[in-house]
Amino acid sequence: MQLRTLGALLRKELVMILHNPLIPRMIVALPVMALLVVPLVATFDVKNVEVAVVDDDHSQLSRRIVADLDASPELVVTALPPTHAEAIQLVEQGRADVVLSIPLHFERNLSEIDVEANGVNATKGMLGMQYVVSSVGSTLRNVAREQGRDVAADDASVIYRFNPTLNFRHYMVPALMVFLVIMICGFLPALNLVSEKETGTIEAMNVTPVSRTVFVLSKLIPFWVTGLIVVTVGIIIGSTVYGVVPAGSLGGIYLATVLLSLVMSGLGVTIANKSATMLQTIFVMFAFIIIFQLMGGLLTPIGSMPEWAQCLTYAIPPRFFNEIMRAIYLKGAGFGELRSQFLWLTVYAILAVTCAAVTYKKRSGG
Amino acid sequence: MNGNDTAISVNELTKKFGEFTAVDHITFSVRKGEIFGFLGANGAGKTTAMRMLCGLSYPTSGSGTVAGFDIASQGEQIKRRIGYMSQKFSLYGDLTVEQNLRLFSTIYGLSDAEIKSRMAAVMEELDMSGMARSRVKSLPVGWRQKLAFAAATIHNPDIVFLDEPTGGVDPVTRRRFWELIYRASSRGMTVFVTTHYLDEAEYCNRISIMVDGRIAALDSPAALKQKFHAETMDAVFRIVAQDAQRSE
Repeated sequence: MQLRTLGALLRKELVMILHNPLIPRMIVALPVMALLVVPLVATFDVKNVEVAVVDDDHSQLSRRIVADLDASPELVVTALPPTHAEAIQLVEQGRADVVLSIPLHFERNLSEIDVEANGVNATKGMLGMQYVVSSVGSTLRNVAREQGRDVAADDASVIYRFNPTLNFRHYMVPALMVFLVIMICGFLPALNLVSEKETGTIEAMNVTPVSRTVFVLSKLIPFWVTGLIVVTVGIIIGSTVYGVVPAGSLGGIYLATVLLSLVMSGLGVTIANKSATMLQTIFVMFAFIIIFQLMGGLLTPIGSMPEWAQCLTYAIPPRFFNEIMRAIYLKGAGFGELRSQFLWLTVYAILAVTCAAVTYKKRSGG
Repeated sequence: MNGNDTAISVNELTKKFGEFTAVDHITFSVRKGEIFGFLGANGAGKTTAMRMLCGLSYPTSGSGTVAGFDIASQGEQIKRRIGYMSQKFSLYGDLTVEQNLRLFSTIYGLSDAEIKSRMAAVMEELDMSGMARSRVKSLPVGWRQKLAFAAATIHNPDIVFLDEPTGGVDPVTRRRFWELIYRASSRGMTVFVTTHYLDEAEYCNRISIMVDGRIAALDSPAALKQKFHAETMDAVFRIVAQDAQRSE
């Protein structure tokens, strides 16, 4: 190993990164911005579901149902249209998410009650419908109880473990760090290498005795450090701004970060090795990163994917990082429980770094 | 030519890119300490030939040695004994003069003491003593070229390859650059230089003129002028290159 050479190359990378007008700022500013803004705006908590009620009964009971709906924190009764057709019109105009139809003589017969939801925004429709059903259900139970009838006990009692208030931020903060590490540690080394190709300095390196492993390492190492900086910024903001403190060990988080940085920077360098221009590199990187984000369990749980897709996610390294981050952050899991995830990440890290070194050619053409 | 005083020796060296033959069976040798010029129009195959000699590109066929090592199989050994300066600017613009020189010295395995003395000597020779801490990209092109030459020769290589080293600068600056080449040559370094400036051809001990991937003429400038009954290298070049098929 040419340790002195590696040292000299790392010093060169450091000078170049620090001298760049944008990159050092981006490394800090991007996580800060993302963590300050995204958890507040990108939330799956559904609030303000607009309900239109078509009340054909005009009974005491139906009025009570409407009042209870309006009183529940997630729901707003926005209109009381006289006919079902008009209610559907409101949905079409985007002024109602859920339509509740109370039929004539409902109070007397306790006949069927209709709930319809707008499926265009699937999440809001689905959750809104559930809120409405549960609100109506509890009204009916209360009335029955007041009338002295026997009623089944309330719904099963629900307790959410590890994220007791079901606060979406607890879920979002670690996910954002995964997102940032993927982006920053993937793109920066790829762009760095391909820009050496474009300026021609890489030729000057290829014609020296520097070994390709050493040269590739000099492109990878700065980005583990970058990954650690990103995650540190994330942990600080997560705990000070949102009070989301990792329940498990920081060591585990940092180790996983180094491993994922290696995977991503190895991938980035491999792609840059194979591309001739910046444009090519960016395009191919995007393809990988989009698949990583969508299939890595960042936004949608892997458990609800079809089985074949779940198998595919084993080919998506961030999946394991994501599992590690959530398990450590929310459950306080230790190395023991995450052994297989760490193992997978290590395998991918070795693979990516090897690929980066092997695809780097000091010499062209056969 | 006897092996001991041959710096470069090439036999039927060929490079094809698909159907296109960039370098077509060239054969020549360069003596130690010689300034050997590689002349030709753009696209004649000069750079491709040089890249094969430097271990940057594999030959399609043919053989050759550089500094005693085989160009097909011993590229990495060759790289320890040569310096290379490309027509594309080959220093790191964000690094200072000093940082660039230090980087290349370290890569070539110079000790800290050697680095110190070599750097001092180079700064003195280039007249750049006050500029050690200037960033390279802030320097004028002429200075950058001199510095790139210094970086390529900081480890006292046997041979230095210069690929159109003086592109885009005025004749006065070019002449100053050639003074550096002469100084290196007088210390015994072999210089292999491609150019399309015909005035520079006059400065070489011997020149080869490449036309369409082949060596169309090879001799000292004086002998070439005599052979083609020409007054200047410019006229020689016109005569030799008149049948060229490839255009720029």
